[in-house]
Amino acid sequence: MTLDATDRAILNRMQDDLPLTAQPYAAVAEELRLSEHDLLTRLSRMKDDRVITRFGPFFDAAAMGGAFCLCAMSVQPEDFETVLTKVNAHPEVAHNYERTHRLNMWFVLATETPEGIKATADAIERETGIKVLRFPKLQEFFIGFRVAA
Amino acid sequence: MIDAKDREIIEALQGGLPLVPAPYARVAETLGMDQDALLYRLAELKSRGVIRRIAAAPNHYKLGMTSNGMTVWDVIDDRITELGAQIGALPFVTHSYERPRALPDWPYNLFAMVHGADRDEVEAKRTQIAGILGDACRARDILYSTRILKKTGLRLKAKG
Repeated sequence: MTLDATDRAILNRMQDDLPLTAQPYAAVAEELRLSEHDLLTRLSRMKDDRVITRFGPFFDAAAMGGAFCLCAMSVQPEDFETVLTKVNAHPEVAHNYERTHRLNMWFVLATETPEGIKATADAIERETGIKVLRFPKLQEFFIGFRVAA
Repeated sequence: MIDAKDREIIEALQGGLPLVPAPYARVAETLGMDQDALLYRLAELKSRGVIRRIAAAPNHYKLGMTSNGMTVWDVIDDRITELGAQIGALPFVTHSYERPRALPDWPYNLFAMVHGADRDEVEAKRTQIAGILGDACRARDILYSTRILKKTGLRLKAKG
């Protein structure tokens, strides 16, 4: 789909917080000088077309008592698919990317308890025989997240 | 910590907020609560940082940002907080973290995700970051993603 200027303005605004009021979209529509109907129609279309992958609350697992940890492994190309199947079989593996580096498999573990990270990473090491490097966040330099549409 | 009711609310919202004029009323109804009680709980979860914001997650690829590079830097420890904040504030950096090094395999302690239309654009932005870090940076690298191997949202397991 092609995005027009109004779609882009909506996308930029909707990456910021939606108010906790009975009719939150009406409030945002007013800011953008649109009708609530137009805003909702355009949002639905962008969601259907996967320009917006998700709309809703962003949760912080750590604040719920859970934990996140970025992990990396160095996997031989010929073993890649076998190892991938073993790694992805863990429901705690939330995202997994192949990247251009000797450390070529990068995934995020999301667990409900901090101990869950170690348990899962250790299990993956046992199952694959490959060291799982762990990179928990020490500090977040959190400003944007916003993509200029 | 979250209680059983919070957990129900989080589960109900994991798939997203409905795109209807009164979305919280709709969610409240499915939970058998009234809207005010739900809004109160949500405000509470937000003040505790469990909910960061209620917002859209854009699809970078669909926006023409088809190249993403994880830039990584070895920044001297006593300047990481100051410099990390500057890098995090750059408009093209979507996530930026200090993480522990894993020596000898991995000397880098600053991670900054950079998006662009192509690798040239990502490289130009990376040069800008290098300029800010200056002498405080001892080594650097960039890792491009070549394949998404798995992508799921946060899944909360039902707890007994």
